[in-house]
Amino acid sequence: MVEVTLWGALGQVAGGKSKVEVEAKDIRELFRKLAEQYPGIEPWIDRGIAVAIDGTIYRDTWSKELPPGAEIFLLPRLAGG
Amino acid sequence: MNFDPRYSGRNFSSVGTRPIRPDGVDKVTGRARYGADFNMAGQLVGRVLRSPHAHAIIRKIDTSKAEKLAGVKAVITAKDLPDLTDGDAGMYDILDNCMARAKALYDGHAVAAVAAVDARTARQALKLIAVDYEVLPHVTDVDEAMKHTAPLINDTIFTEGLEEKPVKPSNVTKRSQFGHGDVHQGFGHADFIVERSFKTEQTHQGYIEPHACVASVSSDGTADLWVCTQGHFVYRQHCAQLLGMEASKLRVTSSEIGGGFGGKTHVWAEPVALALSRKAGRPVKLVMTRDEVFRASGPTSATSIDVKIGARKDGTITAAEATLRYTSGPYAGTWAEIGAMTAFACYKLENVKTVGYEVLVNRPKTAAYRAPSAPMAAFAVESAVDELAKEVGIDPVEFRIRNAAQEGTRSSYGPVYGPIGIGPTLEAAKNHPHMKAPLKENQGRGMACGFWFNFGGQTCTDLNIGMDGSVSLAVGTVDVGGSRASLSLVAAEELGIDYSQVKAIVADTSSLGYNDMTDGSRGTFSSSMATISAARNAIKILRERAAQMWDISVDDVAWEQGHAVAKGDNHGNLGKLSLKEIAARSGTTGGPIAGHSELVADGAGVSFATHICDIEVDPETGFTKVIRYTVVQDAGKAVHPTYVEGQYQGGAAQGIGWALNEEYIYGKDGRLQNAGFLDYRIPVCSDLPMIDTQILEIPNPNHPYGVRGVGETSIVPPLAAIANAVSNAAGVRMTHIPMSPPRILAAIEAEREG
Repeated sequence: MVEVTLWGALGQVAGGKSKVEVEAKDIRELFRKLAEQYPGIEPWIDRGIAVAIDGTIYRDTWSKELPPGAEIFLLPRLAGG
Repeated sequence: MNFDPRYSGRNFSSVGTRPIRPDGVDKVTGRARYGADFNMAGQLVGRVLRSPHAHAIIRKIDTSKAEKLAGVKAVITAKDLPDLTDGDAGMYDILDNCMARAKALYDGHAVAAVAAVDARTARQALKLIAVDYEVLPHVTDVDEAMKHTAPLINDTIFTEGLEEKPVKPSNVTKRSQFGHGDVHQGFGHADFIVERSFKTEQTHQGYIEPHACVASVSSDGTADLWVCTQGHFVYRQHCAQLLGMEASKLRVTSSEIGGGFGGKTHVWAEPVALALSRKAGRPVKLVMTRDEVFRASGPTSATSIDVKIGARKDGTITAAEATLRYTSGPYAGTWAEIGAMTAFACYKLENVKTVGYEVLVNRPKTAAYRAPSAPMAAFAVESAVDELAKEVGIDPVEFRIRNAAQEGTRSSYGPVYGPIGIGPTLEAAKNHPHMKAPLKENQGRGMACGFWFNFGGQTCTDLNIGMDGSVSLAVGTVDVGGSRASLSLVAAEELGIDYSQVKAIVADTSSLGYNDMTDGSRGTFSSSMATISAARNAIKILRERAAQMWDISVDDVAWEQGHAVAKGDNHGNLGKLSLKEIAARSGTTGGPIAGHSELVADGAGVSFATHICDIEVDPETGFTKVIRYTVVQDAGKAVHPTYVEGQYQGGAAQGIGWALNEEYIYGKDGRLQNAGFLDYRIPVCSDLPMIDTQILEIPNPNHPYGVRGVGETSIVPPLAAIANAVSNAAGVRMTHIPMSPPRILAAIEAEREG
């Protein structure tokens, strides 16, 4: 079980929660479980969500493992120049 | 991906050296081919008709007279680019931006296009197209656009992110919020509070090469596009989707690029050129004029920002708050959101809150510009931080060091930081001789910090070893800042050969797997990771071939300094085999030798910089001169230090222009008044001192060599550093960018008058 922190707008989609607990071993499973628990999140996942694991931001490596006790933080997927 | 990207710590032979860039001779002799340098037999000239109105309903477009003009081969409107976006709102906005449909949304919005046998005929044809407009009220100012009385740009937009669902449409497309703690409580603990409002005007990336492409659509439905872009694979995806083509049938070749800085991450003219070519049945070349580049391609946001920061007497910040309003042009964007995330990222804050508002205006669609949105937020925050340090009575550098984020700090945008480099850049700035150099009358010194995220992304690379032992490296990230040199160094390093044996090219979209574009400071970060991976795959094959040549087990063959070496007591009498010797025998040991890699480069690592600058202000005219400028930034590992320095200098130079002169000026009619380099003043060499640089190398744990992106962070601190310098020199706090002479003079006079 990992604790996942959602940024403001995503929290609104998840029923106003800023933190949720999810049983997931990697980012892919995290997104799948989140979409199951909170269907409103799915379009956001399709548009792109970045996952910060202990401060390092991952945008595309959905196979990245979520270590037990790690800080998991969801962020908007941003663009660069 | 079976590749371990973790930093390994190693000594380098090639990486960190400064060889001459491989594209240098072509560029200085004029042989290099940029977007407009490509030509095809039978090619037509494309030209675009643009709206003269900032906001207008397009009642009717009559193209009949233009179509009848001799020499005109195709005329297109939005009808020739039907909506195939399948509910994808972002792609629909791109389509509408390429060719207006129901409404023209800004001065310069494309409404029709022609392809003709020559430029003169094309221009004549544009004059024969009759557009019946119903002119609407417009709004170009960010604060005006937020008022409930402002003209509505899109009446289907209801603000996202509000606690209560709005019942009326608005020009505010989205509200976003970040932070932690309780700012109200935090301000209650403050002994000093600074509260200020700031504005920054819209600027253009100012790339010297305009958008240019040649499109050729065949009657069999396949097509070629030669184009100046930061991402030819992304252009292929977007063009194919907008024109209803299969991506594999559209081959896109990127030209050399005369600057992009984020502005060439977006299609503008390319779908139009393809649609013209499809209709005309001939190749079409479309090159934007400078006027078109300014009026219709990617400027950055104009902003309006309120900042409030409080601190105790000991210099500890107790709370920080900002409200950021960013224009996104007439289409929804996420620019304020990025500003809200980056604004306070340099600091360790117990109580912080940022709120961003995305605002529609009748200006061109905002595009990314080098660390998009961060420079404006940094300007506001770092100006307030400087003022607060003065009120508390602590040196501005010391004040920042006291409050700097560090490993374990919860960032203002959410996650806790791992190892980061803000502290070392501040310490380096503090100890830099620049900080102690004397100043003359009317001169002021300013400094500021900056933060940027940096990104990686999808990356694919091929490394082919010729039978003569030379190495071809094909990458899919466009070379915007010398990456062919840096990637050749990486290939040479990994293979253990000389840099001169490697030739890197940017492959077209049919020759290599998909690559994300060169943005987010990812070019060298991502493609070096893929190059290391491809080289290691090639080394595996080289070892196998050497084992065959020696007739021993591959497990007994190691790769050392460009040679296969037989290991073990049984092979002591075998001499080393060079890469060249193995390559020469490849025909009889299994065929060509190559290494391939496809991976997602993630974990780019956040980046920090600190800038110092000295400015002289003429109190009689408001004229400014940059006396001295120093950039300190963490590169992780500088693969080619000269190009890293070039990125630092380039970011500073662009920031200096933005801070002091550059701005979009709109008339009351909503038309852009200064769409040219004579009236939109970017800095030239004579405006700038030699920009000093200091590269820090704090390895990125998520890259084998420790590399971090370096391209964007260097434009984040300049607006603030220069504003602090000008404010110190003029004796008045400057709150409006650009600090052009009239604005400085007005501020000085207002201060004098009290």
